[in-house]
Amino acid sequence: MIKNIGLIFFASLLAACVTINIYFPAAAADKAADKIIDDVWQLKNGQNKDAAPAATPDATPVPETK
Amino acid sequence: MKKIVISFMLIFFGLFAATWANAEADLDVNTPAINALKSAMQARHSQLAPHYNSGAIGLTKDGLIAIHDATAVPLKDRGGINSLVAAENADRSALYKEIASANKHPEWEGGIRDTFAGRWINKAQAGWWVQGAGGWVKK
Repeated sequence: MIKNIGLIFFASLLAACVTINIYFPAAAADKAADKIIDDVWQLKNGQNKDAAPAATPDATPVPETK
Repeated sequence: MKKIVISFMLIFFGLFAATWANAEADLDVNTPAINALKSAMQARHSQLAPHYNSGAIGLTKDGLIAIHDATAVPLKDRGGINSLVAAENADRSALYKEIASANKHPEWEGGIRDTFAGRWINKAQAGWWVQGAGGWVKK
């Protein structure tokens, strides 16, 4: 019984890993595009051009996906 | 009873872990190559902006720019306008390709291009010309 449940748990985790590799990250792409376009078109006025933009740290840790 | 509760919790945790693992990581756009392309495009934008404003150049639906109305280009600019457009398009295409390969997924280039196409047009100023589904449209 416990072995079966453990198998299901492992299988769903495996399915999650496979899923990451085959879908396009639309939300992340939108975010990246916005960031770049804002820089190229200087849409965010008042930014110090010389200062490197600080990378916003993610609140939730995201695991490495390979 | 206890076995059922434990197995339920295990399934629950498994699904939660699957969701957590599925969360999208940010795309890395802070590489030297991408920053170089960005700088070049930013510098070129000051030359392109008057042409966007006049309607001479518009934004295409595949993430590039194109001459929309050649007659709107001032005489002094007509000689260099084609190479200006070509240079910008070369940088844009290189940018989409570079973002895909920097994130270890060259097959994402098309999706990244499509994403940018939509965002360029969305952020375009009112009065600029953009390509809609049925042809050129003024924002």
